[in-house]
Amino acid sequence: MRKIHLHPCGNFRERYDRELTVFSTDFGRLWAGIGLMILFAFVPLLASPYMMYIFNMIGIAAIAAIGLNILIGFTGQISLGHGAFFGVGAYAGAIFATALHLPMFVSVPAAGLVTAGIGMIFGIPSGRLKGLYLTIATLAGQFIIEYVLIHWESLTKGTMGITLPPARLLGLPIAGDIGFYYIIFIALAGMVWIAINLMRTRYGRAFIAIRDNDRAAEGMGIPIFPYKLLSFGISSFYAGFAGALWAFYMGSITAEPFNLGLSVEYIAMVIIGGLGSISGSIFGAVFITLLNETLRFATELLMNTGIVSQSGLNVAPLREFVFGLAIVLFILLEPRGLAEVWRIIRSGFRLWPFSY
Amino acid sequence: MDFFMQLLVGGLTVGFLYGLSAMGFVMIFKSSSVLNFAHGELLAIGAYFFLALAAWANLPIPIVFIIALGGCFVLGLLVERIFLRPLIGEPLIFVIMLTVGLAAMFKGLILLIWGGNLYTYPDFLPKILEIRWGMIRIPPVYGATFIIGTLFLTLFGLFFKFSSQGIYMRSVADNQRAALSLGVNVKRVFALSWAIAALVAGMSGMVLGIINGVNVHNLSAIGLKVFPVVILGGLDSIGGAIIGGIIIGLLETFTGGYLSPSLRDVVPYIVLVLILLIKPYGLFGLKEIERV
Repeated sequence: MRKIHLHPCGNFRERYDRELTVFSTDFGRLWAGIGLMILFAFVPLLASPYMMYIFNMIGIAAIAAIGLNILIGFTGQISLGHGAFFGVGAYAGAIFATALHLPMFVSVPAAGLVTAGIGMIFGIPSGRLKGLYLTIATLAGQFIIEYVLIHWESLTKGTMGITLPPARLLGLPIAGDIGFYYIIFIALAGMVWIAINLMRTRYGRAFIAIRDNDRAAEGMGIPIFPYKLLSFGISSFYAGFAGALWAFYMGSITAEPFNLGLSVEYIAMVIIGGLGSISGSIFGAVFITLLNETLRFATELLMNTGIVSQSGLNVAPLREFVFGLAIVLFILLEPRGLAEVWRIIRSGFRLWPFSY
Repeated sequence: MDFFMQLLVGGLTVGFLYGLSAMGFVMIFKSSSVLNFAHGELLAIGAYFFLALAAWANLPIPIVFIIALGGCFVLGLLVERIFLRPLIGEPLIFVIMLTVGLAAMFKGLILLIWGGNLYTYPDFLPKILEIRWGMIRIPPVYGATFIIGTLFLTLFGLFFKFSSQGIYMRSVADNQRAALSLGVNVKRVFALSWAIAALVAGMSGMVLGIINGVNVHNLSAIGLKVFPVVILGGLDSIGGAIIGGIIIGLLETFTGGYLSPSLRDVVPYIVLVLILLIKPYGLFGLKEIERV
């Protein structure tokens, strides 16, 4: 039986691998276990179908947001095309499932790989230039991909969209929201595990070095172009994976949702959650999805009770305004996002009654 | 041949407008190296100011024009003071993200107030400006655009060349730290460049509104089209912005006319990616680009 790690009353780390541990205390490990248990054992039993739908949306958004955070938060490259890459994943998954009749557990990762490849094409300009130019290149990518999704009719069926066959896993049909809940959250847990551990390897450290100072990183012998491209590929893989899951969950897709607005939504998740924090991306996904649903609920309520009489009140502009406001306020007031807020709350508990 | 000429004239005017819209963008980038993703929304705000004043206040058009421009100027100052000033010294990534957030905010706000419908201005331009040349008819708006655009270009050229504020702005663009140590008020320069950029953006928004009608979706799409234009012309060259705009405008109209209308809106972005790959500093940009 090894010694239980509790909070030390100071920083007594002697070796670098102690610095790298995922859980600094055994309490963290315990809470993570309890959290996973609640997530997998109790939530599906207690939640209503609508709640399950929201949970599933959060799960999918969280996978994509983690991908974007690897790019923006850890490598310091801004992408404005994440929504389009999500769309590429959705279409790739749908095409694999309909044209090639691949099973779901093959076509979803395959869609991720396809998206990674396409993402890397748009990442090439960043290899030669500073991060700013990647932002512009991905903006172009957003528009080009949108155009291709609508106009490559032989492959994507244009504006008709693609209807996917019912999702099956290992021959068993997936039963509604609860079945998808397990798939999405097991995938999310896996993706979180990969992302956290990726950031502890030399690749993750190289990404962080590039973010902090690209010249110094180059000087220390990190080949910047391959690493930036790799980061872009990984980020696109996450987006494509999430997109393909989304396509299977929705059952049919059109090119419409994958617009610049979706990209901004993912950026909002990453900023609000906290740059450079995996748990932050999940917070961001929860925040934005709940914000979406709350706004929808609130506008419906206002319309029904007659406070707002004109029929012109639409959710979309209000949502856009609130998203923008949320991004701006978080950048101005808490640039490190919800992850930092959570850390402050946690340490407040730990230090109680002497918290400051 | 007539079709060709019509396309040529159309492309030139559209391109000139793109160039004008890009001018404000370049100004902000030059002085503070901020990529302003809210540029299209600044265009739209100018156009809607003009619309609101012209439709509801019943003032004569020139006065409305001047008041709306003043409103844009003040708006630019406020945006800089409230949102950008606290971020001086923060990583650039936050500043860029902030403009993305501002863009969403402004767009949502405009949609909430005016909705997504297309509005048109009352017809007020004199008929003298209409040019007929064989089969080609150039509507008066284009003539007016050309006059206003050239006027603004000359004025800003003179402003940057001779006025002390203009010289301060150029010095900050050249080397912020050196300018600061020589006693230039860098904060005021930032504020002024945002204000002027908002003014120029508002002006181009009004002109675009006269030509195409006012619609926030169209105008913010043009705000994003600024990116191919400035990358082509060079991110920090105002003259390059005009020439880049004309090239992109011609390219767009010719693709729309001869190849396919749906390809029209994507062509600028394809060009953008190609330029980033081949000649990333654009046609007239400074070559000292940071390669990493």
